[in-house]
Amino acid sequence: MDWSHSLRLIAPEETLSIAGLILLLIAAWGGDKASRLISILAVTALVGAAFLVAPALCGGHMGPDYSAFFGQVHADAFSAFGKILIYLSAAATLVVAPAFFERLGAMRAEFPILVIFAAVGSGMMVSAGDLLALYIGLEMNSLAAYVLAAFVRTDGRSAEAGLKYFVLGALASGILLFGMSLTYGFTGTTSFAGINAALSGGLSNGALFGIVFMLAGLAFKISAVPFHMWTPDVYEGAPTPVTKFFATSGKVAAIGLTMRVMLDAFGDQSDAWRQIIVFVALASIVVGALGAIGQKNIKRLMAYSSINNVGFILVGLAAANPQGASAMLFYLVIYVAMTVAGFVTVLMLRDENGENVEEIGQYAGLSRTRPGLAAALAFVMFSLAGIPPMFGFWGKFLVFKAAVDANMMPLAAIGFAASVIGAFYYLKVVKVIYFDEPVDAIKWKSDVWHKAILGVTCLFISPLGYLLSGWLQGLTDTAATALFHTL
Amino acid sequence: MTGFPILSLMLLVPLLGALACLFLEAKAARTVALLATLVDLVLGIALWMNFDVGGAQWQFTERLNIFSGFTYALGIDGIALLLIMLSVFLMPICIGASRSIEKRVGEYMAAFLLVEVFMLGVFMAQDMYLFYMFFEAGLIPMYLIIGIWGGADRIYASYKFFLYTLLGSVLMLVAMLWMVHTAGTSDIPTLMAYDFDPQVQTWLWLAFFASFAVKMPMWPVHTWLPAAHVQAPTGGSVILAGVLLKMGGYGFIRFSLPMFPEASVYFGPLVWGLSMAAVVITSLIALVQSDMKKLIAYSSVAHMAIVTIGLFAFNVQGLEGSMLVMLSHGLVAGALFLCVGVIYDRLHTREISRYGGLAINMPRYAVFFLLFTMASIGLPGTSGFVGEFLSLGGIYQVSTWTALICTTGIILGAAYMLYLYRRVVFGEQKNADAAAMPDLDARELAMVIPLALAALWMGVYPESFIAPMRADIAALDARLARAKPAGDSAPTPGKAKPAHEEAAAHGGSH
Repeated sequence: MDWSHSLRLIAPEETLSIAGLILLLIAAWGGDKASRLISILAVTALVGAAFLVAPALCGGHMGPDYSAFFGQVHADAFSAFGKILIYLSAAATLVVAPAFFERLGAMRAEFPILVIFAAVGSGMMVSAGDLLALYIGLEMNSLAAYVLAAFVRTDGRSAEAGLKYFVLGALASGILLFGMSLTYGFTGTTSFAGINAALSGGLSNGALFGIVFMLAGLAFKISAVPFHMWTPDVYEGAPTPVTKFFATSGKVAAIGLTMRVMLDAFGDQSDAWRQIIVFVALASIVVGALGAIGQKNIKRLMAYSSINNVGFILVGLAAANPQGASAMLFYLVIYVAMTVAGFVTVLMLRDENGENVEEIGQYAGLSRTRPGLAAALAFVMFSLAGIPPMFGFWGKFLVFKAAVDANMMPLAAIGFAASVIGAFYYLKVVKVIYFDEPVDAIKWKSDVWHKAILGVTCLFISPLGYLLSGWLQGLTDTAATALFHTL
Repeated sequence: MTGFPILSLMLLVPLLGALACLFLEAKAARTVALLATLVDLVLGIALWMNFDVGGAQWQFTERLNIFSGFTYALGIDGIALLLIMLSVFLMPICIGASRSIEKRVGEYMAAFLLVEVFMLGVFMAQDMYLFYMFFEAGLIPMYLIIGIWGGADRIYASYKFFLYTLLGSVLMLVAMLWMVHTAGTSDIPTLMAYDFDPQVQTWLWLAFFASFAVKMPMWPVHTWLPAAHVQAPTGGSVILAGVLLKMGGYGFIRFSLPMFPEASVYFGPLVWGLSMAAVVITSLIALVQSDMKKLIAYSSVAHMAIVTIGLFAFNVQGLEGSMLVMLSHGLVAGALFLCVGVIYDRLHTREISRYGGLAINMPRYAVFFLLFTMASIGLPGTSGFVGEFLSLGGIYQVSTWTALICTTGIILGAAYMLYLYRRVVFGEQKNADAAAMPDLDARELAMVIPLALAALWMGVYPESFIAPMRADIAALDARLARAKPAGDSAPTPGKAKPAHEEAAAHGGSH
């Protein structure tokens, strides 16, 4: 375990960090005029980093050989899986962002750089092997995210979103830190492997409190009920590309981190936290679905939809075994694709002045004025609702299969039944765009990059996605195995 | 059983047609849709011709391991074959009945062809998850058909249709997950022979029942059907009544009965009770309807109740009868909706009281309408009689009371159908516009004549339809034998006596 080996293992992070610093210099000298160039370079760096981590996933790297800096960071297949998702969705954000910001005159050179640093932090979150690395990654991601949420300085809603996100995020970090300090106090170590070993004799009350507080902090980060209240406001107020970034990269990072903590550090204590996860999962499914019904703004609807989806993902965590972890990862891939497609569609829905149209009522009759966009949105909605043969069904199917295989029939039955509530509001969007008389509010023609991203993601969530299911299942199984073999 | 993947081809043809229709303008889309459904009909006939009656149970099997978690496995037995034939037979008629659709024709045709793909998939699937996907997927195009091209209250009807059926199905999926977890395979033929613990069977049976009872639909979860039927366009009603309702019956015969024989028998009285209630209540409701489509929709619920009592009679007569009722109802209810559609296209109202005396200005229409009315009542010689008689005969062996109550449905059925016929076709011509309606044209004749011929064929020579499924029904009966209830009819077969003794016994105690 020498330093050079460790440094080699974190090559993707180094690449991105150095790229970020260089771009920062370019931004300092080039100013906002250079923002397009910086965006292109940042996308290149992110895609390059994704290629750098790919061998770890395809090669199925796992175990102590791939653990850097004495267990602080794991560069195994699980991290690689999370990082590829994070980097690619960050790159997708940068591709669609300029068109949005340029209209507002708010495109700044710092935007791509902040996204890069947030992506580095997210990458650290999914590869953390120690409470310290966890916290550094989390804060690195969060601090960049707070700024990103408030990025449109002229827009009051954006500033409000940034402030809300910051205050509540800081509170959650505090709760998380409190849980971490309790855990440290009762186990005497900050490394996940050490915590797991120290708890093997049994769980003291103090350590149990540590788990509960850490879970509370993490639930805030993944926007699970009952710590979800910030989500709709932040999602609505933040600039749409940033919302997309939160809902994809940020979500993957937070869920990956939760999996690391719960399955690595507290993996052997799953009986202690399972009931909490079961409650959080069901509550998220129900509250997310019920909250979405009354929404008139598509971004708020997507926010509640993300709460709802997190509930489904957590069903896999309740199983607390490799099958459940694999199902969660599979769900995440599909969820990221659906979310990217959804937000790119929202970005493309503009009126004749290029203003983004976020009110769902304005989409009435979209299927007649813009059939392609309407079909894409309908794909996303049916997929989010988990109606077969859309690929979104398969994610739900896998997490519930994991729950049933782990003998958690009531969880599966209630969760599935609650998914019908969710179907209602997704159907409502389809109803507006297909059944209602056209209002013809959408006039804007988007550029080819938006269409390319939308096309690829829509093909993925269409029934054609099942053709990839064998390959993806192999990858998620590898990643899940790696997660259970880090110690 | 050639290696030719005819089943996949039957799925592929309408799928490609649907994609093409999305990009075509109205006239071309109609042609493409009609061609695609006709090609499927020809393929279906080829399927029937090549089906080896008395051969292997599962024929034309295809198996591809291209997905993780489930297999693309297709294959049919006699039961599936008949329902596939019904689907491919009704589809061109539905396309033909959609002449009055004028807005968004391409999308309409695409949605219909997708419905066909998913329906056929349901009957062909040999993997439980694949079955579930097809079963659920049909909701999406049907939701769009009702919601976009439906009547005034279409939004409510489309939601009700979608959410009702979805809620039933997700419970079934949980049960499927458990079954596959326990049995270790999602292969339907294997699961049909797998013996689940009778204790667990009750839960599994209830979960499947939740789905199939809604799809069927059984009283009291039938309320989505009248709403959906009334609002759907004519073609949608035909396919809804003709084939989609059969998915519930198919589900019972494919899953509930063979996979959970003990639970099926245990819950038999529940099904009988619901069916009895359905027959009487929905028939009485049908009697007072003033909307033609609603009347036929309620009569569908009553007919489906005859299907369920036949299925849960647990004997060969009942099972064969319920299959025949399903096929016959597919033809006859489809034809009746078509008849309603014909006059709706002319006058744009479904109010019974707006019509009257159509026999004077539409004699050909009156003849066909009468034929289908009689078939719906179950007049001997028409398709309705054979199935209903067998079903009721089957249930009589098990529960005489159920048979008694359900038979009143036939009488009530005659009452509401003849009453409808009298008000629409006979009597005096009250309204000038109704009196001025032209008779059936060539297109409409081309749609009703095949239906009429099929209904008569099934009534006069049902053997053609019983033969392919005989072995499968026998196998199912054997599977149910171990749990079969005793029955209260106490049939006492008479002793066969040699012919010469008959004369001697004549003056005796007899």
